[in-house]
Amino acid sequence: MRPRPQTRDDRAAWAFVAPALVHLVLFALAPIVVAFGVSLFDWKVLKGTMPFVGLGTYAGVLSDEGFWNAMGNSLEFAFLSVPTGMAVALAVAVLVTQQLRGLGFFRTVYYVPAVSSGVAVSMLWIYVYLPESGLINATTRLFGIASVDFLNDPAWAMPALAFMAVWTGLGPKMVVYAAGLLAIPPAVHEAAALDGAVGWRRFWAVTWPLLGPTHLFVLVTATIGALQVFTPVYTMTRGGPMGATDVVGYHIYTEAWVRFHVSTAAAQSFLLLLVTGAAAWLQFRLLRDQAAGWGAA
Amino acid sequence: MSPVRRVAAYAVLVALAAFLLAPFVWMGLVSLHPSRSPIPDLATIIPRQPAWDNYATVLVGTDLPVARFALNSLVVTSLVVGGQLLVCSLAAFAFARLDWRGRETVFALFLLSLMIAGPVTQIPVFLMLRAVGALDTLLALVAPGVGSAFGVFLLRQAFLAVPRELDEAARIDGASHWTVYARVVLPLSGSALATLGAFAFIATWTDFFWPLLATSSLENRTLEVGLSVFKDSYGGTDWPLQMAAAVIVLAPLLLVFLALQRYFVRGVTLGSGK
Repeated sequence: MRPRPQTRDDRAAWAFVAPALVHLVLFALAPIVVAFGVSLFDWKVLKGTMPFVGLGTYAGVLSDEGFWNAMGNSLEFAFLSVPTGMAVALAVAVLVTQQLRGLGFFRTVYYVPAVSSGVAVSMLWIYVYLPESGLINATTRLFGIASVDFLNDPAWAMPALAFMAVWTGLGPKMVVYAAGLLAIPPAVHEAAALDGAVGWRRFWAVTWPLLGPTHLFVLVTATIGALQVFTPVYTMTRGGPMGATDVVGYHIYTEAWVRFHVSTAAAQSFLLLLVTGAAAWLQFRLLRDQAAGWGAA
Repeated sequence: MSPVRRVAAYAVLVALAAFLLAPFVWMGLVSLHPSRSPIPDLATIIPRQPAWDNYATVLVGTDLPVARFALNSLVVTSLVVGGQLLVCSLAAFAFARLDWRGRETVFALFLLSLMIAGPVTQIPVFLMLRAVGALDTLLALVAPGVGSAFGVFLLRQAFLAVPRELDEAARIDGASHWTVYARVVLPLSGSALATLGAFAFIATWTDFFWPLLATSSLENRTLEVGLSVFKDSYGGTDWPLQMAAAVIVLAPLLLVFLALQRYFVRGVTLGSGK
């Protein structure tokens, strides 16, 4: 029975939270409002004029082929890199959660690309993808396969970036899946074994569905990350060849800081936020319904 | 596991490690070839005489102030890591330990911002910093990084796990909120602070987009942006020098990661509900 008014720490609490709250308002909440405000004007930075156009900016963006190309590229990048990345990470997680010696070493090694500098890693992969002398082409030449200029071929550039993303993104996804696998009680596996479920059958019938929340977490965070990719595109392809890797994150950058269409870029960043949110919501709905179905089965 | 399957498992583990590390090994080897030499063949990848002076050339021997980039990265990263640990732990203490009106609402704001981060905030933050004349200064590089909703969330979870009996014992002895925060809760949350510090270090050291935008003069660039400038200046013409520059950016990252690697697992799995 505490006397409520005396235990309230209102004044002290606001003092403790103030620095973080001021930071949150200045660098996260206010910018959202400012970005929306800017998107309602047609700000010509070089001319110095700023007429109000309301949602006209959005109409302009939605009828802009370049923006749709970029949105399509971002979705292509996500479709190419996320499911593959998840499948590889899950397979590796199964491997590193076995009863074997020295797995800590391998877990550490597999995480290294994820903590490496994006620019340094991009420079490495420029070499890996070089025609003739690059690591891939030098290797495939031993088998008599013709050289491919991966980053300058419109058909290959995007798959090349996605493949590299699977390589850099393995560590965190693997760690999350390993934690999910270790959280399944051994009794569940023992019960399944008694029912005759072993090997692949047990994996699909028991392990896979019990990983439901883990799949959801990895899928949503990986999709959000994929839709915002910037550094490898800037360093390796600058959106080329012929716009084949001009993803939304890079498109917004050039719109704002190369062409100085700040209002257009602000509107595009809002649309990207909308698509990202919609993708997360959709994945959440689909996987939640599926999880409920598993529970009933 | 049967011996055959055990051998197979190790074979896959080693092959995968080789696949993930091969580009790094190649990078290290190429960085030791003589400057301006052509891209080495796989057969001649091991340099006959390691050209260690490539590293000295990168640091002080080009017209790019690489040592200055490194100093900038060190200063910015230290300030961001220190600032983020202080700011986030103060707020986390208020959420985990203090009883105040508005706590749930304010916490919800932090959680909400986890979902809306990304490209939307970059243009407005740039405009705001320009309006106060802070672009291309240390402030522009540090200020956006000193707070983190993820950090507040992570530390709040850790502080909730510290037994409340310890606070109450301290309070009976007349301890203030500040004393409980600094002398009881913080010392018992070392591994959570290390986790946040490790993530903040990697994120700040490797951040590319923001310093690219927020700085314009060469001497204010960080290593990550400097490396991109270096690549544009020497790209395609001098692979050994380029790779030496990449090693200089990567080495501190790998050292910090190896020293703090167990804390990464904790941070990554937080939020997955496991």
